[in-house]
Amino acid sequence: MSCHDDGSLLSERTSPMVALVGSPNAGKTTLFNSLCGLRAKTANYPGVTVSRREGKVHLADGDLTLVDLPGTYSLTPVSPDEEIVLEALEGRVDGVEPPDALMVVADATTLERSLLLVAEVLALGHPTALVLTMIDEVAARHGKIDMNRLSRALGIPVVGVVGHRGIGLDEVRALLADPASWGRPVLSPPTSGAERSGWVASILQSSVTAPQMDERTRRIDAVLLHPVAGAAIFLVTMFTVFQAVFTVAAPAMDALSSVFDSLAHDVDSAVGGTLGSFLGDGIVAGVGAVLVFLPQIALLFLMLALLEKVGYLPRAALLADRVTGRFGLEGRSFVVMLSAFACAIPAIMATRTIPSERRRLATMMAAPLMTCSARLPVYTLMIAAFVPNRTVIGPIGAQGLTMFGLYLLGAVSGLLYAAILNATALRAPTAPVMMELPPYRLPSPRSVLLYVWDGAWAFIRKAGTVILAVTALLWVLLNIPSVTPPAGLTDAQAASYQMEHSIAGQVGTAIEPVFAPLGFNWQINVAVIGSLGAREVFVSTLAVTTASESEDALPERLQKLTDADGHRVFTPPTVAAILIFFVYALQCMSTVVVLRRESNSRKWPAIAFGSMFGFAYLAALAAHTIVAAVTT
Amino acid sequence: MRLSEAQVGDSVVIQGVVSTDHGLEVRLEHVGFLPGTVVRVERRAPLGDPTVYELRGFRLALRRESAELIDVVGGDDVDGIGGTP
Repeated sequence: MSCHDDGSLLSERTSPMVALVGSPNAGKTTLFNSLCGLRAKTANYPGVTVSRREGKVHLADGDLTLVDLPGTYSLTPVSPDEEIVLEALEGRVDGVEPPDALMVVADATTLERSLLLVAEVLALGHPTALVLTMIDEVAARHGKIDMNRLSRALGIPVVGVVGHRGIGLDEVRALLADPASWGRPVLSPPTSGAERSGWVASILQSSVTAPQMDERTRRIDAVLLHPVAGAAIFLVTMFTVFQAVFTVAAPAMDALSSVFDSLAHDVDSAVGGTLGSFLGDGIVAGVGAVLVFLPQIALLFLMLALLEKVGYLPRAALLADRVTGRFGLEGRSFVVMLSAFACAIPAIMATRTIPSERRRLATMMAAPLMTCSARLPVYTLMIAAFVPNRTVIGPIGAQGLTMFGLYLLGAVSGLLYAAILNATALRAPTAPVMMELPPYRLPSPRSVLLYVWDGAWAFIRKAGTVILAVTALLWVLLNIPSVTPPAGLTDAQAASYQMEHSIAGQVGTAIEPVFAPLGFNWQINVAVIGSLGAREVFVSTLAVTTASESEDALPERLQKLTDADGHRVFTPPTVAAILIFFVYALQCMSTVVVLRRESNSRKWPAIAFGSMFGFAYLAALAAHTIVAAVTT
Repeated sequence: MRLSEAQVGDSVVIQGVVSTDHGLEVRLEHVGFLPGTVVRVERRAPLGDPTVYELRGFRLALRRESAELIDVVGGDDVDGIGGTP
């Protein structure tokens, strides 16, 4: 391929690069997947959360690199995130090669709007081609597009496709074989709004009979957006998502957990000694700690993909927008927050469905405060051991009420946290909330499965290694140095002795003055350190540090546990402090890692961890003080 | 009148975006709220906000705060789904 003499982007690279540009819902990703399959990799632009996907298209005479840019209605940048996309197209970003040609992907049923984007792309002056998706729907809705006339009117090649059925893909491939031959308009379309509107109208007049509005969609919306029926369907749908992530994924997670537990045990006993313990409880358990999230992530992404691609998710967002809007979030945040009740990790990954960067960040920062399922074992242990099992009003018991209160506290705090962030750190002019309601469509199974695969694979690749490393590091902290316990101790006491003399044990003892105001002694501190891997580890670590014979015996052991002076360790103020601490502290390094990846910054995970830990400490201190004042 | 004042079922013609925030104006224009565009008020969300509008062959929901920035003229004499006034 030769250099053009007019300063175009065509360079002497061996494999040409074509960028796909199109609005959200235009079918860009479906086309990309049809052309590249699974041979795609995701890369972030430097410094922003925007990512692009790159794939290879195999053509008769060599490969072509296809770049899937983020969906956009326009190329005129308003935010830094959009600016970088334009800069990348113009070849102004270091380390990001500019494309040789641009392929605009537009929904044929909304051509009147899509042509506004085409006008902007043409103004860039690159070789350009237009791919119209969903041409079958245009015909079904009594519209007609004359591709040849449209192509002549625009001065660029135009191809119609039905992405998920593979119709028109051969023509697209034929186009991709020679991007240099694509047209450039002789006259750039006008840039001012009203004139551009006129330009679009004249193009449409030459070659298009606009399709009618989709009557079926209007009728479905009459039910799904109905004040009563719509609200009921919304609640049932959201409850189903929540319940499925919470309970359907649970057996798979338990199964994975027990497989890895026994595998870790086998490795430990087969290798033996400190090395065996490290390989088993450090490495194998670490791999398990990563994989255990997969059922939830896959299930949540499956449901989100179905709801999104059918067209319900935008409607659900519309219904919830009024409520979430009060906290500076948007409708789509609701679904994310709900899934965070199961686990913050898939929820943070699901914030990708939120178009506004600012509201996306606010949502992912607030998600860790929702009561995730890993807090449940901690709450259950404390409540079972220390909250009396008596009824308060009618069938409502004190234990259930405490649990409900903790859930409520987490949810309210999360929403307030989002509101505070919006008023402070995230305070900036923001994009208006614009929710496109696409026609209801049946998604292809392939596109749904690819969406699930993308989510699961991104988690393993981006977060997996770090979670594994954190688990291995925690093993080192909790088991090194290895000491020989004095004779005459039971196994449980020996294990406790070992942990007391580990690095974590020494740290836990050293920081006793810091946590003493909360009533935490070294045994609790070490369990808190251990829970950084995953909150539920608090329970198993506490069982070791308190030399409990088993986890089942733990509640009773904790009730009777005394310090060296014979004072009870788990007094009501201390129990209250532990519960409140776990409501707020971002006691989960996996979440921190995923926040780091999804926000593409170190700042946001640092702010989340720091502010939540700080507030957890103060709130736990307040709880300790108040409960102490009430109970003495 | 502003787009937020239009009733469900009304068709109105956009005059322009009235905002001191240039970014906001640009964004609304990006999705097609350009002068001369015909907009039909499709329905309001069950809680009264946002509202679904139909323009340029697609449906889009806007919050009241955004619709308040769009200047429109009443559409008794408006016909069809045109692009230019």
